[in-house]
Parts: sequence; C-alpha cells; structure tokens
Amino acid sequence: MKRYSIFAVAREAMRYHAGWERAWRSPTPKKRYKVIVVGAGGHGLATAYYLGKVHGIRDVAVIEKGWLGGGNTGRNTTIIRSNYLQDPSAAIYEKARALYEGLSQDLNYNVMFSPRGLLMLGQTEHEVRGYKRTVHANRLQGIATEWIGPERVKELVPIINIAGPRYPVLGALYQARGGTARHDAVAWGYARACSAMGMDIIQKCEVTGIRTEGGKVQGVSTTQGEIDCEQLAVVVAGHSSVMAEMAGFRLPIESVALQAWVSEPIKPCMDVVVMANTVHGYMSQSDKGEMVIGGGTDGFNNYTQRGSWHHVEETTRALVETFPIISRLKMLRQWGGIVDMTGDRSPILSKTPVEGIFVNCGWGTGGFKSIPGSGYAMAELMARGHSPLAAEFGLERFREGRFIDESVAAGVAH
Amino acid sequence: MSTRLAKGGRLIDRAKPLNFTFNGKPMRGFAGDTLASALLGAGQVMVGRSFKYHRPRGIVASGAEEPNALVGLGRNARFEPDQRTTTTELFEGAETRSQNHWPSLDFDIGEINDRLYKFFPAGFYYKTFMAPRAAWKHLFEPIIRKSAGLGGVPKEADPDRYEQAYAHCDVLVAGGGVAGLAAALREGRAGKRVWLVEQSAHWGGRTPVDDGQIDGVEAEDWIAAALEELESLANVTMRTRFMAAGLYDHGYVIGYESVADATPGDGRPRHRLWRIRAGLTITATGAIERPLAFAGNDVPGVMLASAVRDYIVNWAVSPGDRTVIVTNNDDAYRTALALLDAGLTVPTIVDAREETHGALPQEVKARGVRVLEGRGIARVLGRSRVTGVEICAQAGEGGAVETIACDCVAMSGGWSPVVHLWSHCGGKLIWDEPRAMFRPDPSRPPTGADGAAMATVAGAANGDLTLAETMAGFGIGACSHDEAALAPVWMMPAGATDALRYKAFLDFQNDVKVSDVQLAAREGYTSVEHTKRYTTLGMATDQGKLSNINGLAVLSDALGQPIPATGTTTFRPPYTPISLGAITGEARGDLFQPLRRTPIQSWHEAQGAHWEPVGHWRRPYCYPRKGESHSDAVGREITNTRKNVGMLDASTLGKIVVKGPDAGRFLDMLYTNMMSTLPVGKCRYGLMCNENGFLMDDGVVARLSEDMWLCHTTSGGADRIHGWMEDWLQCEWWDWKVYVANLTEQFAQIAVVGPKARALLERLGGMDVSKEALPFMHWAEGKLGDFDARIFRISFSGELSYEIAVPASQGLALWETLMAEGEALGVMPYGTEALHVMRAEKGFIMIGDETDGTVIPQDLGLSWAISKKKADFLGKRAQERSHMTDPNRWKLVGLETLDGSVIPDGSHAPAEGYNANGQRNTQGRVTSTYYSPTIGKGIALGLVLNGPDRMGEVIEFTGEGETQIKARIVETCFYDKEGEKQDV
Ligand SMILES: Cc1cc2nc3c(=O)[nH]c(=O)nc-3n(C[C@H](O)[C@H](O)[C@H](O)COP(=O)(O)OP(=O)(O)OC[C@H]3O[C@@H](n4cnc5c(N)ncnc54)[C@H](O)[C@@H]3O)c2cc1C
Repeated sequence: MKRYSIFAVAREAMRYHAGWERAWRSPTPKKRYKVIVVGAGGHGLATAYYLGKVHGIRDVAVIEKGWLGGGNTGRNTTIIRSNYLQDPSAAIYEKARALYEGLSQDLNYNVMFSPRGLLMLGQTEHEVRGYKRTVHANRLQGIATEWIGPERVKELVPIINIAGPRYPVLGALYQARGGTARHDAVAWGYARACSAMGMDIIQKCEVTGIRTEGGKVQGVSTTQGEIDCEQLAVVVAGHSSVMAEMAGFRLPIESVALQAWVSEPIKPCMDVVVMANTVHGYMSQSDKGEMVIGGGTDGFNNYTQRGSWHHVEETTRALVETFPIISRLKMLRQWGGIVDMTGDRSPILSKTPVEGIFVNCGWGTGGFKSIPGSGYAMAELMARGHSPLAAEFGLERFREGRFIDESVAAGVAH
Repeated sequence: MSTRLAKGGRLIDRAKPLNFTFNGKPMRGFAGDTLASALLGAGQVMVGRSFKYHRPRGIVASGAEEPNALVGLGRNARFEPDQRTTTTELFEGAETRSQNHWPSLDFDIGEINDRLYKFFPAGFYYKTFMAPRAAWKHLFEPIIRKSAGLGGVPKEADPDRYEQAYAHCDVLVAGGGVAGLAAALREGRAGKRVWLVEQSAHWGGRTPVDDGQIDGVEAEDWIAAALEELESLANVTMRTRFMAAGLYDHGYVIGYESVADATPGDGRPRHRLWRIRAGLTITATGAIERPLAFAGNDVPGVMLASAVRDYIVNWAVSPGDRTVIVTNNDDAYRTALALLDAGLTVPTIVDAREETHGALPQEVKARGVRVLEGRGIARVLGRSRVTGVEICAQAGEGGAVETIACDCVAMSGGWSPVVHLWSHCGGKLIWDEPRAMFRPDPSRPPTGADGAAMATVAGAANGDLTLAETMAGFGIGACSHDEAALAPVWMMPAGATDALRYKAFLDFQNDVKVSDVQLAAREGYTSVEHTKRYTTLGMATDQGKLSNINGLAVLSDALGQPIPATGTTTFRPPYTPISLGAITGEARGDLFQPLRRTPIQSWHEAQGAHWEPVGHWRRPYCYPRKGESHSDAVGREITNTRKNVGMLDASTLGKIVVKGPDAGRFLDMLYTNMMSTLPVGKCRYGLMCNENGFLMDDGVVARLSEDMWLCHTTSGGADRIHGWMEDWLQCEWWDWKVYVANLTEQFAQIAVVGPKARALLERLGGMDVSKEALPFMHWAEGKLGDFDARIFRISFSGELSYEIAVPASQGLALWETLMAEGEALGVMPYGTEALHVMRAEKGFIMIGDETDGTVIPQDLGLSWAISKKKADFLGKRAQERSHMTDPNRWKLVGLETLDGSVIPDGSHAPAEGYNANGQRNTQGRVTSTYYSPTIGKGIALGLVLNGPDRMGEVIEFTGEGETQIKARIVETCFYDKEGEKQDV
C-alpha cells in the first residue's frame, strides 16, 4: 500500500496524479475463506480490519451487495459521542471514540475525526436530572462529561435560542471530545487498510443464502457463486433479520427508516454538535458548511430508504425553534436509511444458534459512532470466543430480560 | 459586454424600471426581470466565486439548474444566503451581495487555492492533514472550515410568516410548459380535479423562446388559448411560482409556493408549503441543457446555449457582443438565430460533429455564419471574463488551430430530461442511446398502494425533446425545425491532454473537473456513488442538474463501460432547495407545540408561577412570593400544606374511562393488580408494565359503575397510555367489548391537601366529606357547594387529601372559591416541586424518577401491588425471566446523608474495584433527592444492590466534582410511617 502524506500528494501533483493506486483491489471471490463478513458497512469493514490487525486473521472476505459504505454508514449524520448511561454501552462507545482519536493515523486515511464538542440540551427538569445522572455514571466509567449551565451553552453555541418560550434551555450535558467524522472516509479508510492486508472486498455481490450442516456454517451462496467459510459474520444492519432467516434463526430486530437532511452551505456558525431531545432534533455544521439535521424514525417497518415527510416537518420545527436563524436557510437534500432496532435499543454482538455464525447489528439510529469499537469487539469475539466489550450484548439477554436500555439517556435518534 | 438590448424582451415591462444593488453598487432592471437577467442587463458578468478554488464565476443558466449565480439577498433579519438569481424575481430595492470571497469579489485571497490546483485534486484531504494528530482539530480543520461554506450567516430570527396548506386532486400536473398545459387540458376536459403547477412566474415553458407551431397556430397563441380554456374550467386549479418539490409514498406531493418573495414585508406569508394528495402525478418538468467539458468552460461568459437565447428573447439581455457557439446538436443553432435576430455577432459556430446537414444549421449558414465542423474548443481565454477561444480538432488532443476573439461562449451538449419527481419514489430510468440521455422507463413507474403507477411523464421530461414529439403524446399536431441527431461529446477535444482536463469543469460550484472523476476511477472509487462522494460531483446546491450526466459519462469512459452500466446517483427531494421556514410553517414561537392549558392556567399565570414543562403542559413548579427564591417557595408550600392546607392543580393528570362488559378483564390484563374485583365506589392504586415487565405508569383507578372504571395516569403518560390501550384493543383483543375514552381535558381536578382540607371542603357546604361518608381510598359524587363534583379520597403526600374533579368549565370557579374560603385556614397553592418532595418524604415512587424503563415493580418494594391470583397480565411472563428474578438486584431504599446535605441528582454509589472494561464498579444510585423541610435535612430514594437487606449500612455516593457523600440506608418512608395522617 502506497502511503498517503502531504509529500506523496506533492510528488503526484508534478505528474497529474497519475501514480495513485487503487484504494482497494477489486478481486474475484476465492472458493473459500477462513472468515466471511457479510456487509461492507463500517461495522463489517472494521470487524475485518481488527481481525487482521489484532488477531492476525487475514484470510477474510467482506461481501457487499452494493457499493461499500453505501448503507447507513454513508447516510448518517456522523455524530460521535460516548456519554452513554449504562456501563456496557459506555464501554463500547468510549472504546470506539478513543479509537476514532487515532484512526486517521492508524488507517493512514484522514477520516476527519473532529472532536469539536457535543451538547445534549436539558429542556425539562426531568431531562436535566437524567443528564446529571449520566454525568455521575460517566465519571465512574472514566468518560469526561460535564453538566453546564445555559450561559455556557450560549457561549459555545452563539446561534442558539436559550430563552424558549416553549422549552427554555436549562443547561446541557457536554462532552468536549464528542464530535463528528467524515462517514465515507471511515468506510474507505477501513476498506483500503483491509485490502492492503490481503483481504478481499467483494462489491456488487449479494448473499442470497447461507449453507449450514449439522448446525454449523459451511458457506454462503452469492450472486457471484458459492463461497465457503469457517466463520461467518453477519453485519448488515437493516437487513439482519433477512439474513438470519437464511440461516434459520430469528433476530429481535425491526427495520425502520430514519431520515436526515442538509441545508445549503453557509459560512461556519456552529462549531459544536447540538442535540435537543425534548423537541426532537439535532444539528451540526459540516466542514462544507451545510447544517446537518436529523430527527426521528418512522413509526412503521419498511425497507425503503426514504422516510415519511412529516418527520421532516417535526424536526425542522424543533430546530427552527432552537436556532431561529436557520429559518431562512433552505433544505438542499433529504434522504433515509434503514435502521435496525432492537427491543432495548442496544446492539447485538453475539454468537448465534448456528455454530460459526456471529451477528453484529442492532446499532439502530446511533451506530456510526461505535464503528471502531464494535469492529474491535466483534473481531475479539470471533477470534477468541469472548470479548469483554461484547459480553453484555449477547442475544441471550432478551431471553434473560437483561436489557441495556438507554432510552432514559437519549430520547432521540442520532 | 453583457447589456440590455434596445428592443424586445417578452417578459419585461420597460415602463416599470426597478432599482437594486449588487455589492452596494446601484443597478437598474425592469419588472419581469430575474435577478440574473437584471445583473446581466446591467453588465455584471462575474457574480461569484466557486467553492474550492475560488475561481471567478458567472451566470451559466437561466433556471433552476444554475450552479454559480447565487447571492446573499436582503439584509438584517431578512437576509437570505445562497439565493439563486436565475429563479429570483427582481423587486424594487433588492440588495444583493456576491458570495465566497475575501476581501472582495474581484480580489479574493482564496484564489490562491486555484493557483495551487494541482495540489488539491479530488479527495486530497483524505490523504493529508494527518500529522501531527492534534493538527487536524487545531490547525487544518479550522482553516478548511474558514474557507468553506458559501453563503453568509443570517444573524437574526426570521420576521416573515410561512403558511401550510392541503390540497387534494385526481391529477397533479407538475410543469406549465406546453406538455403540462396539454396534459391539464386533457384531464380537465375529462372532468378530473386537476392541479396544474409551474415553478416560474410564467406559463408556456421553453416553447415561446424556441420556434414552432401547435395545432396549426404559433405556439404562443396556442398557449394563450390553452390558458384561457383552462381558466374557464372550474375543476382545474392553476398556480405559478409553485414547485412540486418532492413525490412521496402514496402519491403525496410536497408543493412549494413563493408568495411574497418579491414583496418582502407585505404581510403575506413569504412561502406556502402544500401537502398534496394526488391520485396521479403527471410530471411535465421539461429538460435541462448539458454543458460541454472543455478547458475554461467555467470562465464567466461561458453559458448554456439555451440560456443565451432565453436572456435575449425573454429579457432583451445580450450576454455578449460576440458569441461563439459550441455544440454537438442542432438545437443550439436556435441560439445563433436569436443572436442574429437581435443584431449580435456570431463569429463562429464550433460543431463537434463531422457533418451538419440539419435544417437549423442550414438556415444559420444561409445567414452567413461560419460553421466549423468536427471542431471543438481547446481552451477558453480570459479569467474573470471570456476574451476568446482556441479552436482545435474535436478528435485531437487540443492543439489550437485558430483563436477567435469573443466575449461570450454559448455551449450545448444536448439535453437531459428532468426525471427528479419520477425518481423520488422509485420510478426507474432507461438509457436512450440515440439521444444519449436517461429517460423514465414507462414499464417501471413509481407505484402506489395498489401497485399501479402513481406518476406518468409527458413532454421533454419523457425524452420527447422536439415540439412535435411532445405534442404527439397528446394527439396534437405540431411542427418546428427538424433536428438531426446529436453526437455525444463528453470531453472536448476527445483526446484532451492532462493539462486541459485539469481545467475542464463538470461541477462548476464545487470545482469538480474531468480529471477529478478520472482520478476517482483510477483509485477505485468506481461506483457512481463513490465517485460522487469522493469528488463532490453533484453535491452542490444545484445537486448536479448540470454535472451529473457529464460526470457519469466521463466515469464510464474511464472504466471502459457503457453509461447505463454505471447508472445514476439517486435523485432525492427537494427538486430545488426549499426554505426551512416553509417546512416549519406557523409552528414557531407560541405556536410551536401549542401549550395545553388547564382550566386554571390563567390563575397560575396571574400569580406569577414559575413553570415546569410536563409533556405538552406547563405546570407551576412553585409560586414564589416577592423576594423569595424558588427553593424558599417550595419549602414554604410544603410546610404550609403539612401544617394547614395546600392546593394543587392536578388537572393534567390523565383520566381515561374504560367501559364495557369486558372492561374488568381488560384492566386485569393491563394492570399488575386485580381491578375487576374493585367494588364500585372504591379506588385502588395500580401499576402498569410493558411486555418486558418494566414499570411504565401508575395511578389510582376508581370503579365508577358495574362496567365502568376511571384510570388515572401520570400527567406525561396520559396520551401514551391511551394509545397503549387502543393498541391492545385494536390489534390483539379486538373482539373484547371495551371502549376507552381519554377525558383528561374534560375535567379539572384539584387536590386539597393537609390537616385542614376537610374543614375547607366543609366551608363550601353540600356533600358529606366526613371520614365515615367518604373514607380513605373511596370516591363519591355530589354537589360541593354549587359544583358538580366527584371527590376521590386519595393522597400522594401522606396528608388528609381530597382530589376534586369537576367539569372543566367549573374548574377555575371551584379553584377560586376554594382559595377564597380557605384564606382563613391559611390555604396556599403548591406546585410540582412541593408535590415531588412530599411524595418522596412518604417514599412514594414517581414514574420517570424511580423508573426509567429498566425497573420492575419488584425492585421498588411494590410486590404487594402484583396480583398473585391472576393467570396473566402484561409483563407477568417477562418478570419471570432469570435476570428479573435474580435475588441480587438493585432495590429501592431510603437514604439519609450523615451530614444532612443533599445528595446531588443522579449520584451513583461506587463499589470496590473495576469491571472487565475498566469501569468503576457500582452498587446503586439515587433516584430522587431533595432537601426535606419537614425532616430538616437531605433525604433521598435510591436503588441499591440488595438495599432492603442492608438497613443501617452507610455507603458513599458521588458528590459534585470529585467529592463523595456518605449516606445511611434507611426505609423509604421518612414521614408518618404508620400512615395515620392520610387516613383521618
Ligand atoms: C439518517 C441516519 C442518521 C444517522 N445518524 C447517526 C449519527 O449521527 N451517529 C451515529 O453514531 N449513527 C448514526 N446513524 C446510525 C448509523 O449510520 C448506523 O448505525 C451504522 O452506520 C450502521 O453501520 P453498519 O455497518 O452496521 O450498517 P450499513 O452501513 O448499513 O452496512 C450494512 C451493509 O450490508 C449490506 N448488505 C445487506 N444485505 C446484504 C446481503 N444480503 N449481501 C451482502 N451485503 C448485504 C448493505 O448493502 C450495507 O452496505 C444514522 C443512521 C441513519 C440512517
């Protein structure tokens, strides 16, 4: 792999950038791999990456039905935070956040992780108490968050309206090293690094069946033929239950559309990420200058990556109320992704009833931020049979009633 | 020089001059102008700077596809960034400013990026700015952010109003060109309810600018007749300045109407957002001309050929004195005719095709214009304005054979149908090889709930690019010049050198060049979505209206595959950007989530209550007196209630009536308690769990009659619980005979609480409220004074307490009467905070404090409220799961700080050691924590590991910052443990 650097760019500039190689190879599938990962979203790619990097397992294929990063990984609003309430969540999200800090250097690909700070507004007494609880929990979890008052909020976000009238801002849960990253770059950076380790990333290849024998996985049927494997990681977000059905088991997952939209670009006016859960909306400003906005999930299950219009209205209202200056901006583009929701809104990183098949899904509305941590834990689970970060996220928790419910801490999709 | 011509201009009214400014410079236009035509007419060719390289940019187009000519419009609170000049109507006093430059439009520091263009190819930032690690956040990103962005930032809240409206129709016709008019006529004559909408201010679309005859008459006359007929049809509604912005599932169309953009501050709403339910949407949205990719095609003065003739014919504006036309098709020759008719010079037409035999080229040649065949433009000369072009062989590498001086270049690469609406909701496209364009595939339309097409396409949007083809779709005869086939040209010249490809722009706003797309292909970003994201092609404010097809073609060429194998990116709404104000509508300020008001709200307001939002209500948190802090007020309210009597407006409490032969059975399933056995006249505190066994709501249930119960829910939970009940009745137990009705707002409810509560009620006279007549946990109905009351003897404070429900209309009067009568008894109102503290003093749980979706009743010492007799209830099976029955759970206890201080909200109790993920172990947390004026110190409720077995033990809690607070585990009830006070 040819390393990226400012010098490499300068060198290439002299010859019209003719010397750059492919970021990832475009291989034809082999007959057999030790590990097949289905789904080249962030989680699938990160799983493959850490399998190779940490555990030395490089006989890996990542199979993607469309283009890599084209699922939710390339559709999200890129918010990264780890101010979660429950211990297992806080652990894996903070692991991910910490890995994000050095990810550009690690991958030699600038993923533009920008720890610009993240605020979750408290707009009711109840919400305030909830966030204070999070601050105390985070302190014991080793995560730096604090509760700040309305004046400080205004200082950090000059364009915010803290005076209401409907829901005055009473303060905010502040994570100074939360922020954003460039979503495509995360997928591309991992893909490039995986490819450089000799792994095969096979795009435009849909898995259409899973072959098992005696309760053990044998391989997959794909639109590019049969491929065998010892271990299979199913990392397909909104299509997880479809894949589980192919393997003969069920997952407690519902698939719904979640939307986001951006305004036309304007000069920088908001450096932090703001989430307003009482009114239901959140916003940040991209490096291009667009205001990036997200809201709630559709109330019905489906697989169209579109979403219903009324959510756009609800969320836009919430944000115009919170940031009155945006009223004269225009919505440039609106899109949706299919998110995979579990009953407790926490992910599943787990073995399955079929030996050799592992699932990583259920990240729902908030799994961009967890990509490195999730991949790290999943790789460990597959390579070693156990991962402390994944331990609480097993499928058995639904049977045992051991839910990891974050709904108190985050009323809004993100 | 661009300038206003002395004559002509179909759309302008020379009798009405309008003044406006550009970067502070006064300019003049006419009514009917767009900002773009006015700027060009005033000689302003360069109007902005591009996004990445800050290159000079001029007006390219004449409609929605314009990528460059965006300005900041207006000032102060009415400032609006990124306003597209080509679609903005000029108005008197318009103030416009160019964007994205510093210090000025003509001299811009950012232009240095352009000088260094070789170092900034597509995606360069993914390869650089990585070392040292902290530099991205502190050095590189701030620089990138500073130079990024486009428009200015509005500084004030928007003073304008926006409206939203609904419309229903059989057929929505989007687009008011001749195809749209013909479609509306056909449907209108058939008696359908038709909506015909057009985004611009004018009907007729392109046809009046181009030539042609329809049904034997001049197109313009046919249009006039069509409009007249349409206006006479009562079932046809026609709107201009109205864009169909997006097509959604089930034929839902979002319409965007500009009402007062050109008359700011006239009191009308600025925009109107329409939600339209259309049986069928006919998209007659026309086509957009494609630019050609040659070096310097972005220099101000290079424009679309169609735009050049639009400016001449519609607004009498000449974009230049000498216009070179460069094309691969016949249509562009119309521009030559328009220029000649206006008396302007066309030094040369450069046609990439080897032969030009069509009627239009012939006519143009006959008028003496030189046509160069098989030629292309090697490069455009000039930087902030075209000064000339170098001509080369199209088939070659760009060696110049001739230089022609000119100040305008009109380019045409053919046309692309506007397929956005068709595609928004799943309509598919096919590649039309002869015309080199994607057009709607009639066999794969967007479908509605019935599986039938919910949209069809007409006219140029369907790829019927000539007038004759368009009208043939409606069985109407039409003719214009015959056109010979175009020859696809995606790169000019075909073998352009690297140096030329680095200056041949595809996306003008985002500075994406042919070389960038080729680089993306080389680096493996071969999916069209990858290319788009890697290069930012098509991601600018025009969303690729000009750049997409050209970019696709360059990509396909680089990959050596046919264009349809590459496919398109997804078309997403809106068609052009729509204001967030319109999306918000009237729902702002006071109308943003309208407040629910209790019948007694005005009284609280008059008292200057301090508010707390609760659901959509706003409840008094406390009633501070002059000079009193909130906590003082809360303390006073509690003390007075416990000593004398207090009153709480409890009207927000959910009140859901459940009635029917199966109502008892239904409630037995919903509540953990047995409700069917509750005798008429009695009340019972009940718990509701979800299917996962977690406690979700609580409240007192009263049995009103044999088949009717009244369920009180939490204030915030009323609507949710009502929905929950309906959900079960409609989806699971649909054959049970039960009705539920949410009567929350039909009743005002007042809690009269404290040792003197009975005395206060007795002063009103009427019904007997003695202990014997109305014992604890009973209710009674009757006249209390003049009021129709239903009185519940229930207590959330531990005091003697009556909750009096009266019809909402009597609420305020009852409250005022009680206040007046109670004066002698020392009555005071109390707010939600006093309520919370008093219930905590009693150890009563609060949904949302003691519960959070992870807590089961058993954790809260509420096992007594879980029926052991019932075969089933919601949550029962879940509560039998292994984790739920684990003996080692966190359970509710009381907590008393050793030093009397108040444990902070949300505090946790650390335990020894760390878990496998390096997190400190914990053994509990507080759920409610207050200063108790009754006890005189800090009290708390909390969930502690095996708490009830650890009475008397002292554990530590996290305080503010790094401090710890010691607290003793005690019983949950701090006040009147025997319950004597409430049962008197
Ligand atoms: C609008 C929106 C906003 C969001 N905002 C945020 C945010 O701000 N912060 C945050 O942390 N998270 C956010 N999320 C959530 C986040 O995007 C996801 O949790 C995360 O990207 C999931 O990654 P993934 O790799 O699991 O799934 P995906 O990226 O969806 O990848 C799954 C892949 O599997 C492939 N696949 C499916 N079926 C098959 C098959 N049969 N064969 C082969 N391949 C298959 C798919 O094509 C896809 O590429 C948001 C999501 C959406 C939709």
